Amino acid sequence: MISLKGVTKTFKRTTVLNGINLEFAAGDRVALIGSNGAGKTTLIRCLLGEYQFEGSISLNGENPRENRKAVLERIGFVPQLPPPLKMPVQQLLNFSAGVCGCSTDEMKAVAAQLGLDLEPLYKRPFEKLSGGQKQKLLISIALGRPTSLLIMDEPAANLDPEARHTLFSLLEKKQEESAMLISSHRLDEVASLVNRVIELDRGQVVLDDRVDDSIDLSSLLNCNLTTTRIEPAFSKAIGSWGFSAGADETQWSGTIPGPDRLRFLGTLSRYAALLAAVEIKEAKQ
Amino acid sequence: MNHLWLTAKADISESLRSKWFMVYAIVFGGIISLLFAFGLTESRIMGFVGLSRLLITYIQLSMAILPIFILITTVRSVAGDRDAGVFEYLLSLPVSLSAWFWGKMVGRFTVVFLPVFLAMAGSIVWGIIQGMEIPWELFLYYTAFLFSLSWCFLGIGMLISTLARSPDVAQGSAFLVWLFLLLFLDLILLGVLIQEQVPADFVVGIALSNPLQVFRTASMLLFDPQLVLLGPSAYLILDHFGQFWYLIWAMLYPLLLGTVTATMGYLLFRRGDQL
Repeated sequence: MISLKGVTKTFKRTTVLNGINLEFAAGDRVALIGSNGAGKTTLIRCLLGEYQFEGSISLNGENPRENRKAVLERIGFVPQLPPPLKMPVQQLLNFSAGVCGCSTDEMKAVAAQLGLDLEPLYKRPFEKLSGGQKQKLLISIALGRPTSLLIMDEPAANLDPEARHTLFSLLEKKQEESAMLISSHRLDEVASLVNRVIELDRGQVVLDDRVDDSIDLSSLLNCNLTTTRIEPAFSKAIGSWGFSAGADETQWSGTIPGPDRLRFLGTLSRYAALLAAVEIKEAKQ
Repeated sequence: MNHLWLTAKADISESLRSKWFMVYAIVFGGIISLLFAFGLTESRIMGFVGLSRLLITYIQLSMAILPIFILITTVRSVAGDRDAGVFEYLLSLPVSLSAWFWGKMVGRFTVVFLPVFLAMAGSIVWGIIQGMEIPWELFLYYTAFLFSLSWCFLGIGMLISTLARSPDVAQGSAFLVWLFLLLFLDLILLGVLIQEQVPADFVVGIALSNPLQVFRTASMLLFDPQLVLLGPSAYLILDHFGQFWYLIWAMLYPLLLGTVTATMGYLLFRRGDQL
């Protein structure tokens, strides 16, 4: 479905991508990882037809430079840093839907699922929204239209646990019709979302591996924690996961999205000495 | 076409919320208000009083401010948007590059021309309310000249924005272009002519190809038909063109130059990296 053959990108004398050969099929959920300067952003920009490059890229047989409109109609993109747009939310939705040839209804429905109440925000400039609101709106625009490829740069970074769970559920629904390319500096941030990992280093693919994808993207885990004492830093960290405390703040309970389990355990590992008991069970939905 | 209008509308919306636009609108609205406040309509120059006097002063001030304002704001905001990631996101949507580029051009033109025009139109409305004699012919000619000049410098600004890769380089280049055009205004050209180092026709050729000089000469021609203020080069211009054809040239040439430079900008934009 998506094919990159010998993709090379050079800026003046610096080669940022060096002969990349990759194939993505529908159902592929790919983590694109690598350190700063590895070439992740450049690769994404080549896929979006925003850069000239040597070699070829085709999406269902079409080149993003030569048939950019037809190709981009099937690509949803969520950038890592929201653009500093001054236009109001309503206009951004209308502009996006207008150029994509779809209605804003589905985008609004996705926003509602993510817990973003658009009604009071319609007239507010996009740049005045909070980080989480911007992220939710950009995700709504990307997921609220038919796509064959979703490109997302750390899409869940600014989301609260509930919105993360909704996003994972939405991605699960999309996975049959779309391939997904999720870019991140760290594999543990996206590991449970993907079934394939591609690592770039200095413009070359150094790892292309299939990973276990038995985790149900829409699953939830019930979790109970007991700590040996009250620790404000722990209370703050666990509170950000939406956990509620028992009477004395040494008992905590909450729910975490299944694909977030590794990230959650990463959070717990910082307070390992404090933990007296940890219980995690798959929740019945 | 729909994408072009959507892009133009989005650009207008972005600009209206920008600080540069607020300053820009205040400057041109402020000029007209100050000219009224200082009683310029009561004074007389070369027989001109009332609104004619005010419009003549306004057009001279516009010539000094408008080109550099358009150049700097265009290159700063276009190159700045590219730098800040606005292009990265909006160009990931399926909008064609031609609709994007020309939509930006149309949107930007609307926001740079309208304040200048509305300030002038506002003075006419005020004149009607005050019962002054309205110089309609002067108003229409000046509208056409300002339209041409705005389009011309917008086209140059879009070309610079495409060529320069950072807002700082774009701003510096825009300033240099403006300085270069200022260098070839009549005062310096007259000096060259007096020294007789180059043929007179060559100097007139430069004057006719400099949009700033074309605008300046045409605006002077409307209140000084013999171009007494311009000096000896006026004879060459009037002998070559005559008043009517010079005014036509002053309206069409900047439009053409703006279109050619914008088209060059578009072709480079389409061919190279968009970010």
